[in-house]
Amino acid sequence: MSNTESNKEYWRWTESRYTNPDMNWEDGEIVSAGVDVGSVSTQTVVMVDGKIYCYSSMRTGSNSPDSANNAMDWALEGTDLTIDKIQFVVGTGYGRVNVPFAGRAITEIACHGRGANFIYGPEIRTVLDMGGQDCKAIRVDNRGKVTAFLMNDKCAAGTGRGMEVFADLLQVHINDVGEMSLKVEEEPEPVSSTCVVFAKSEAVGLLRKGWGKEKVLAAYCSAMAHRVVTLLMRLGIEEKFAITGGIAKNIGVVKRIEDELKIKAPKPNIDPQLAGAIGAALFGKALVEKQRKKS
Amino acid sequence: MITAGIDAGSKNTKAVILKDDKFLSAALVLSGFDQEKSAEEALNSALQKSKTNRKDIKHITVTGAGMEAISFANDTITTITANGRGAHFIFPSARTVIDIGAEEGRVLRIDGQGKVKDFGINEKCAAGAGAFIEAMSRALEVDINTMGELSLKSKRKIPMNAQCTIFAESEVVSLIHQKTSKEDIIKAVHDAIADRNTSMVRQIGIEKDVALIGGVAKNIGFVDSMNNNLGFDLLVPKDPISPEYVTALGAALVARDKVGG
Amino acid sequence: MTKANYGYKDGSGEYYITIDTDLCNSCGKCVEACPEGVLEMAEDELDPLGDEIIAIVSDDHRKKIKYSCAPCKPGGELIKLPCVEACKPGAIKHSW
Repeated sequence: MSNTESNKEYWRWTESRYTNPDMNWEDGEIVSAGVDVGSVSTQTVVMVDGKIYCYSSMRTGSNSPDSANNAMDWALEGTDLTIDKIQFVVGTGYGRVNVPFAGRAITEIACHGRGANFIYGPEIRTVLDMGGQDCKAIRVDNRGKVTAFLMNDKCAAGTGRGMEVFADLLQVHINDVGEMSLKVEEEPEPVSSTCVVFAKSEAVGLLRKGWGKEKVLAAYCSAMAHRVVTLLMRLGIEEKFAITGGIAKNIGVVKRIEDELKIKAPKPNIDPQLAGAIGAALFGKALVEKQRKKS
Repeated sequence: MITAGIDAGSKNTKAVILKDDKFLSAALVLSGFDQEKSAEEALNSALQKSKTNRKDIKHITVTGAGMEAISFANDTITTITANGRGAHFIFPSARTVIDIGAEEGRVLRIDGQGKVKDFGINEKCAAGAGAFIEAMSRALEVDINTMGELSLKSKRKIPMNAQCTIFAESEVVSLIHQKTSKEDIIKAVHDAIADRNTSMVRQIGIEKDVALIGGVAKNIGFVDSMNNNLGFDLLVPKDPISPEYVTALGAALVARDKVGG
Repeated sequence: MTKANYGYKDGSGEYYITIDTDLCNSCGKCVEACPEGVLEMAEDELDPLGDEIIAIVSDDHRKKIKYSCAPCKPGGELIKLPCVEACKPGAIKHSW
């Protein structure tokens, strides 16, 4: 990307991997995995009997099959688990059909429903997922099964990519955007909430007017929050409400969503960006169980 | 009798000076944060070009997104009215007008006098407007003024999946990584925006002749894509009245009507 | 009542086709009725462990639904839409 790769990569959020130190995969009955190949990031989660064993989260490269392979390799790094020992792998996300070692592809909506149920518990009825290139509102039942959804993947507004554009424009590292946006005395007027291109031109004008970065970020986080709230309202919100996806880690946006809805979203103790891959891994487990029932 | 029309667009402010029925001069400046200041600059620049005196202007009508901010204007008219009058003046046979600006596109139907019939459609999505082509020219590192001719050199039709300007930028970058030729990419860019605008025109019903105005009409690649989609040639204004001035011209014509010139 | 909403909100408005997957009886008449190929029959995305085939908006069209459906909506007005008319259980709704 010629513009954003210039000097500093402000959009580069932290990649990570993890192995559960208290688990031995060989003691488990069913080892399943989920690979969520998004257009921006790829997550792999390996579960043993429905509990997280190891995972990885990294930027998706320009080639989906490579991304899936790399993500899986990284997730398994340092463990003695090899891919052939995983009984079922489910691919999800934008690049789900390009996961060469997956037994099945399941759409991200169903996976996010299950994943949110896992991360936040069975009381969750409404999930807002703000991904790299889409944002979706999902209604689920107590098992995480989807009862309604609404997705917007046409526009960059309300997505991680839109946030990256702003981080780059203001030369602020994406991890810092949320905190910085809260450092304002008074909430400024939001910029356009329907289009990142327009919001960006407005922001340039505001900067010229003398607005500080914090204020411009506040205006953008506010616009983004407003946009996703209207998406949610269209679907109808039933508590409890939770947020998944990379943007769930941006407190500037999360807080403004909570303020506008007057509902608090629980804080996750598992990386919310993993929701899709977790759900996929859980479906993998269910599919193994289903296969076993038949035979 | 000298009148002036100002089109305070979101990206550029245009001014046109009219003497009775004759086009005298026009000028364009970037719409800065201070819309009124930009309008003054555009007007003065146009006056200088035709060596006209500001005090000789009998009436100034303003239109465009920022029209309310221009306090020195005598009155305002809707952009759609200005589109209709301006297009009709240049092409009296036009019955459908497509105006594509930097941030907004619209289509309208007009009658034999240039009056807008009761409907028009507005398209406030950057992917259907000039902002799209501009963003792509940046991603391709190509001078926007050469986009048109480059696209006519394309040999291959390639699809463009992204419907959003921001996503299209990333798509263009990956096409470049895949070694797709710039000409082919630019053609795809023009085809994509032409598809969106053709849909918009079809929705309102096409009555020939169809005129295309607004800054984006200067792009011959885009015009070619539109002509292909529609199956006939659009009427595009040529010098001395360049497409981006047609709306300001329409405003100047309305100004003339007001003072009975 | 399981609702799938396909479409988007962009700078120019909100455009959603809503299919109630519980009401859908998999007859496929809407797919035949649509002149633009917007609809197709596929596995229910919301129920990956089940085996039902229902009507969905095809992937190609989801991001440009406003343009795909424009031929059936001249002048931007909501008139008798072939897909809605074809669906006996009334599972399909357009928001614009």
